[in-house]
Amino acid sequence: MTSALLQVTDLQTRFHTPEGIVHAVNGISFHINEGETVAIVGESGCGKSVSMMSLLKLIPTPPGEISSGTAIYRGTDLLQKSEREMEDIRGKDIAMIFQDPMTSLNPVLTLGRQLTESMREHLGFTKEQAEERAVQMLEQVGIPDARRRINEYPHQFSGGMRQRVMIAMALSCAPSLLIADEPTTALDVTIQAQIVELVARIRESLHMAIIWITHDLGVVAGMADRVIVMYAGFIVEEADVNDLYDSPGHPYTLALLAALPRIDRRRDHHLKSIAGSPPNLLVAPHGCPFAPRCEFVIEKCRQENPPLIQIEKNHSSACWVDVKTGAPR
Amino acid sequence: MVRYIVKRLFQGLPLLLVISITLFLLMMNIGDPIATMGGRTITRQSDRERLTRQLGLDKPISVQYLYWLIGNDWTKVDSDGDGIPDNYGTRHGILRGDFGTSLVTRKPVTELIGERIPNTLLLMVASEVVTVFFALLFGIYSALRQYSVMDNIMTALLFIAYSMPIFFVSLMSMYIFAVLFKKWGLPYLPTVGMFDPQVGKTPWQIFIHMILPVFSLSVTYFAAYSRYIRSTMLEVLSQDYVRTARSKGLPRRQVVYIHALKNAALPIVTVIGLDLPFLLGGAVVTERIFAWPGMGRLFLDHVSRSDLPVVMGILMLVATAVVVFQIITDIIYAWLDPRIRFD
Amino acid sequence: MNNQTPTLSELADDLITPPLTLWQLGWLRFRRHKMALFGGVILILLFIFAFGGAFLYTEKYANFNDTSQRLLAPSAEHPFGTDSIGRDILARTIYGGQISLFIGLVSVIIETILGIIIGALAGYYGGVIDAILMRITEAMLNIPTIFLLIVMAKFFGGNVPEIEIAGRVFSGSVIVIIVIIGATSWMYLARIVRAEFLSLKENEFILAARATGTSNSQIIFYHILPNTVAPIIVSSTLSVANAILAEAYISFLGLGVMPPTATWGNMLESSAKYLDSAPWLWFFPGMLILLTVLSINFIGDGMRDALDPRSRTI
Repeated sequence: MTSALLQVTDLQTRFHTPEGIVHAVNGISFHINEGETVAIVGESGCGKSVSMMSLLKLIPTPPGEISSGTAIYRGTDLLQKSEREMEDIRGKDIAMIFQDPMTSLNPVLTLGRQLTESMREHLGFTKEQAEERAVQMLEQVGIPDARRRINEYPHQFSGGMRQRVMIAMALSCAPSLLIADEPTTALDVTIQAQIVELVARIRESLHMAIIWITHDLGVVAGMADRVIVMYAGFIVEEADVNDLYDSPGHPYTLALLAALPRIDRRRDHHLKSIAGSPPNLLVAPHGCPFAPRCEFVIEKCRQENPPLIQIEKNHSSACWVDVKTGAPR
Repeated sequence: MVRYIVKRLFQGLPLLLVISITLFLLMMNIGDPIATMGGRTITRQSDRERLTRQLGLDKPISVQYLYWLIGNDWTKVDSDGDGIPDNYGTRHGILRGDFGTSLVTRKPVTELIGERIPNTLLLMVASEVVTVFFALLFGIYSALRQYSVMDNIMTALLFIAYSMPIFFVSLMSMYIFAVLFKKWGLPYLPTVGMFDPQVGKTPWQIFIHMILPVFSLSVTYFAAYSRYIRSTMLEVLSQDYVRTARSKGLPRRQVVYIHALKNAALPIVTVIGLDLPFLLGGAVVTERIFAWPGMGRLFLDHVSRSDLPVVMGILMLVATAVVVFQIITDIIYAWLDPRIRFD
Repeated sequence: MNNQTPTLSELADDLITPPLTLWQLGWLRFRRHKMALFGGVILILLFIFAFGGAFLYTEKYANFNDTSQRLLAPSAEHPFGTDSIGRDILARTIYGGQISLFIGLVSVIIETILGIIIGALAGYYGGVIDAILMRITEAMLNIPTIFLLIVMAKFFGGNVPEIEIAGRVFSGSVIVIIVIIGATSWMYLARIVRAEFLSLKENEFILAARATGTSNSQIIFYHILPNTVAPIIVSSTLSVANAILAEAYISFLGLGVMPPTATWGNMLESSAKYLDSAPWLWFFPGMLILLTVLSINFIGDGMRDALDPRSRTI
């Protein structure tokens, strides 16, 4: 693991609300290597966005609090850095794109201004240099007539175009890690595919690592090397992408895959939804958080939360039951 | 844009017309102007009749309104009381800039108001500058340190300031900075008028005489604006585009003062622009307490003597100011917001 | 899924919080609002002061003037001092408080009725009615309230006779002030009610009521109005503070409630003359007005947080 670009250990994030403490992220550990693409999958509210925002210290504190953990990026712990030091990391080494391109761009500033400011900040570019590169970036992400459109405002662009702008903005300083927080969720299906393809293409040219957050296993099948499945602030399964699809090791992953529409399925095959709702994160976790919704539940599940253990090479799962046999491990 | 402004002005006109009719009707019962005219008591019946006729008060109210609005120089009026209209009237009406003549001082209303407007504007502009400056300072500071001890203390203090009646602030500040300071041998502030007649109307005199009235006029608005700016900033700071700006690694200064404040400015400018003419309301009380020779005091003095032309003149001026400021605010908003500017 | 055991569904039920009604939720949030609770306590104390104090002093004593006792500083005999014609200020703040609070509450009732009727008519019927009512509302909003109050006080305030209610004699100006405050303050509420009606009248349950032939007045009062109660309550609560302030301003300018009937506002009227020599003249009534307005603003703020559906963030 010495070659890891980012090694996260025991990351824990909480929110102090008037109703009590929300346990958003409950001690997750994972790594990502240079140039690798990892997908983090889970339902909304499972802590996938919060954990990524914690890494960049973008969690509003208070009410948020990163209560434990380390995140070693190229030898230094991000979580120990001051706000000032983080400013040098964000956008330059680790960039982020967000879910909703309609609200993620500043409505009162021109695209040119928004595209150039991080280059001027991090790379010491002059205004002209930065604008030149911004035009190149826009052309690279497929925005026609970039030199003219750079003086326009976000509302003059469509949703898909804005997400392309966001990508151009995030990549302008050539970061070594891109965190993409559900960048296609708010877009039309056809545009989703274009964006995925665009990111995959740019990844090759920049040799950049990507953490792709999504709730849709289908989106990442083609591009991710590895998949991390999160539930209720825990990592419940981690595997190479093919292993995960072929032999899922956690009941939750099984359920997610069953909920996925597939073109090769028989027409009378019904899609399954997962019964119940995600747990109330206000209650401190006790036992396996998925137990109330699990088909394979045994008594032990309600007593003790299963640790993430290796079940095969490069494949870990947090479950007391072997889902292939239904027998306790 | 020009078309838009013209359209808005034309929309404002019927509104002002409705306001003027309503106010004119209310004016009809504010008292007998002749009884208090110029401080003299008019006892002779023939004098009363002559005055009533000269002022047009014998006419039905609709005719009085018409004369006030468009003047009476287009029709013959009865000036000698024989019931036969003989000479053309001399009034031009408010639409042609003739506000009439004060019943009390016999001076043209425009002259009376004109003398006072600069004094009132001086108070208002100074208060607005002080208010906005400190409200921005406190509002932004508070928003950036939400939930801190300082934020909580400031929120509580602003609540008290917000609930302070202007007259109470005035009396308290006069008592502390004039009476007590004088007693303690400290340099103290003057409380009445615009300058010391023995020194003359120097800028310095006007400045020190302004401090207390401006302070009194500012406290409530300052508190209201600080609260508003704080909540607007908090809302803007929680927006996605602020998160984007932070994720780009921009320095905090740039995130707050460019990305956040430029968006927060839109609602803030709107509220301030729309409120500005309403400061005139506060000026009525402040000018009365501090004996400041402005429009508010002119209004009070003349309303108590039933001086219809002056009172109507001031009220219409205020109503027009409100309409004009609405239009100005719209224009500034459109200029600030590219979503409107480019449509 | 279908093979769940009963114990499982029980477990799942534990995780779901029971739904609360708007009012239960509101009360929970209000209770958390410490400033609002503090405001409530202060307001109750002020009511005890104004109404309980009547057992200590008679109204006759409050209006009794003894010029040999004028402008006395606070002492054991006159805890708040005496005014320029020798009346006891404590007794007058007690009886003045009753009138000020009374004016505040009753004028807001008038304001609320006017605001609801005008807002409901404009919002429900729309069209010409809406256009006319909203132009009037706009016209009223176009003049700062203090000017309207002054003009209306002059208009109605000629010679009003004294009136007797429950064995007590009041200056008729009390009624005049209540009416003019109510008549000059309904505009914001009317706009709120209109907006609520506009959005509610298109709802399915209203369309259903209409389809079954329910009369307009029934739809307005029984179907739509109950759904607009929360914003009306919040706005009306804050209006009480404004009404008390309005009375104070207009009385301070000498156009409000006429002596001998005391209000906190008219007690201040001539006190500016004694700014330096007798500060107790304006300090006590001024402080009481401030406390009342402050506590009502605290309560209103808490209510807005608690009841306003738009501020539903917890």
